[in-house]
Amino acid sequence: MAAKVGVVLFPGTNCELDVQWAVEQLGGEAMLLWHGDATVRDVDAVVVPGGFAHGDYLRTGAIARFSPVMDAVAAFAAAGGPVVGICNGFQVITEAGLLPGALQKNAGLTFVCDTVELRVETSRTVLTNLATVGDVLRIPINHFEGNYVCDPDTLAALRAEDRIVVRYVDNPNGSLDDIAGICNEAGNVVGLMPHPERASDLLLGSEDGVVLLQSLLAAATDHAAARA
Amino acid sequence: MRFAIRIDVTHVPGVLDPQGATVERALPALGYTNVGAVSISKTIRLQLDADSEAAALTQVDEMCHKLLANPVIERYTVSFEELV
Repeated sequence: MAAKVGVVLFPGTNCELDVQWAVEQLGGEAMLLWHGDATVRDVDAVVVPGGFAHGDYLRTGAIARFSPVMDAVAAFAAAGGPVVGICNGFQVITEAGLLPGALQKNAGLTFVCDTVELRVETSRTVLTNLATVGDVLRIPINHFEGNYVCDPDTLAALRAEDRIVVRYVDNPNGSLDDIAGICNEAGNVVGLMPHPERASDLLLGSEDGVVLLQSLLAAATDHAAARA
Repeated sequence: MRFAIRIDVTHVPGVLDPQGATVERALPALGYTNVGAVSISKTIRLQLDADSEAAALTQVDEMCHKLLANPVIERYTVSFEELV
């Protein structure tokens, strides 16, 4: 049976259809999860996609974390379910406390829209289990607030616990320690600024995101089997 | 009682403030070469009904923790203003 991926839709989200398309291209099943419903239904994985949830008012992700669906996402994550936040989704899940740190305005105050190189730093996560450490992937970024920050103790823990998932080869936004994506202790919650779904077909200029999305589908299938 | 409250949300010292840093670099271009330590903060003003100043402060503190400021990158100070 195809892995079922729920894609959370807030007012202002704008990457949900791209994620849905990419998941379906790779043989998964995707369904949209409305932010106002306090459930993730029967999905095997959750993606919090990019956009401007609730207009990004106050701070990016600050208001989205109080949407009813987020309690269900947190419970799903706590039960070991794969959760991936992409771009604005990364901002939302850090605000929600599912991942440590925060994303602030890019150094230099420039909105960056570019295809960048990412180095895979660990393969123990739901987004990288089919990737190889050291792989360099070309994936688009598209953000103004992607500058990852955390306190020194948190950074030390992220390093010691193998929780830095992907790093920028050439840091585009001032992110601490070149961090492009991190995970929680268990590796089932991942947040990253780059958009794998926008690198899921050669027509889009790169298909380097496929290995990440396939990893997620594999993790979703495993989670479904573990629950069954 | 109704209170008028001002909350100043500022950057955590030590964490790069991209807006402040950019403005700081821009000012010398206009000839202002004697300016430093530029930081940019935001101000939130609100009014609320509470039994006492202490109760108002407690609630504002709670709202700041939950929503109005992100402790990872922001600090806040609360002050009372004249009710108009």
